[in-house]
Amino acid sequence: MSTRVMLDGNGAASEGLRLAKVRVISAYPITPQSPISEKLADFVVQGKLDAKYIRVESEHSAMCCAIGAQLTGVRAGTATSSVGLALMHEVLGVAAGCRVPIVMPVVNRSLVSPWSLWCDHQDAMAERDGGWMQLYAESAQEVLDLILIAYRTAEDARVQLPAMVCLDGFFLSHMSDAVYVPDQATVDAYLPPYVCHNFHLDPGDPVFINNLTPTVDYTEMRYQQAVAFRQAPEVLMEAMADFKKVFGRDYSMIEAYQCDDAEAVIVTLGSMSGTAKYTVDQLRAQGKKVGVLKITSYRPFPAGQIKQALAKVAVVGVMDRSPGYGAQVAPVATEVRAVLGGKPVQGFIAGLGGRDISPATFTKAFEKLLSQEITADVDWVDVKENALTIREVK
Amino acid sequence: MPVQPKEPVTNCGKTKKYLVGPVATEFVATKTGVWRVVRPDVNIDDCVFCGTCRKHCPADVVTVEKEDAKKGVYFDWDYCKGCGICANVCPKQCITMIPEEGVCKL
Repeated sequence: MSTRVMLDGNGAASEGLRLAKVRVISAYPITPQSPISEKLADFVVQGKLDAKYIRVESEHSAMCCAIGAQLTGVRAGTATSSVGLALMHEVLGVAAGCRVPIVMPVVNRSLVSPWSLWCDHQDAMAERDGGWMQLYAESAQEVLDLILIAYRTAEDARVQLPAMVCLDGFFLSHMSDAVYVPDQATVDAYLPPYVCHNFHLDPGDPVFINNLTPTVDYTEMRYQQAVAFRQAPEVLMEAMADFKKVFGRDYSMIEAYQCDDAEAVIVTLGSMSGTAKYTVDQLRAQGKKVGVLKITSYRPFPAGQIKQALAKVAVVGVMDRSPGYGAQVAPVATEVRAVLGGKPVQGFIAGLGGRDISPATFTKAFEKLLSQEITADVDWVDVKENALTIREVK
Repeated sequence: MPVQPKEPVTNCGKTKKYLVGPVATEFVATKTGVWRVVRPDVNIDDCVFCGTCRKHCPADVVTVEKEDAKKGVYFDWDYCKGCGICANVCPKQCITMIPEEGVCKL
């Protein structure tokens, strides 16, 4: 049984953490994540969630507390965004290296500077190699569902890696949608209580955790993490298959929309995927054979699945919501290029600092792909003509 | 909740369990001997057991026992970093630094 309620992305994220029965919460509010921290505090006060709420002084402390709490053998909850995620950077590595399977909603927002409150993927992309899994949600419903799927995957004995569930700031975090919120009994059946498969803190039986590790062991521990990531796709797909059995909603690491006979396909992440699908429908009505490939799981990166889905597509574009400074193209495009070998892949950058990625943006990109005008350089869609002279100071 | 093994994971017999990540049930990880790439080798026939090497060892890992004339100079290999000071200060020049073979393992 589930109830259908109006929730924004932040509301869906807090419902996800509530249904996962987190026992300790240490979240520091930051725009646009603040409502998650606030709603979790409400849940604790109202008795809807039996958890200890720790007020911390920064995101660095929030992640420290969450790791310490989870190491005692319970699920710990936190959430963050943008510069908060950047402030966590050091401790994110501790969570990953200590194999603490925390699941954290990350409300994507630009990184400074220029100072911005609005959405793009620079914050999460800066953490992509830190040993965390990254799942990107397209809708508020996906936020809730991916959190439950992420818990199942992260806590599996074959994985034991922390996971970020990324949702686009404001576009998802603050826009309401009718979301199916499952009841607790169904979630309990899907997501059993947390069992710590690895080391944990026990005062009766003390251990050293995160001790200074010499060169003779360090490489091996990093290799363990690599093995966990190698095993993660299988576990993630199992968790998604089980999710479909219990809740009826279908998830996969990638979603190929109208790709079978497509001449041009654009690869997307997150909330822009919905706009892309809408644009594809519009262009299909005009007889243009276009498609969208949405990546749900960016870490682990589903290279084989992407290669298979795009095998017959002549021209591929990748819409990145973060610039890859100094690289040939932005982060997602770099990896898609690597997967597709010699096939031409056009990198696009759009939607930085909260700029809308509209159907017109996708139409422009698709037209470029259909006219076969592939350039080696990344194409900044929608950038103004006067980009270098926008601030005149007298 | 799983119980932590009482013994180090390499030495716990029936309850053998392997944990992933940086964890230890005894404080072995900072044994500085693993940093060693060369180790002191004493030519005991020339040694006069003067103890100069022991006095100068910055890690205090040298033991000199005159009574055992065959093996009278001992090193604690767990903590000897292979710095070579003993070999430098030896008045009889009877200590040579020889390479460890491959990756040093404790």
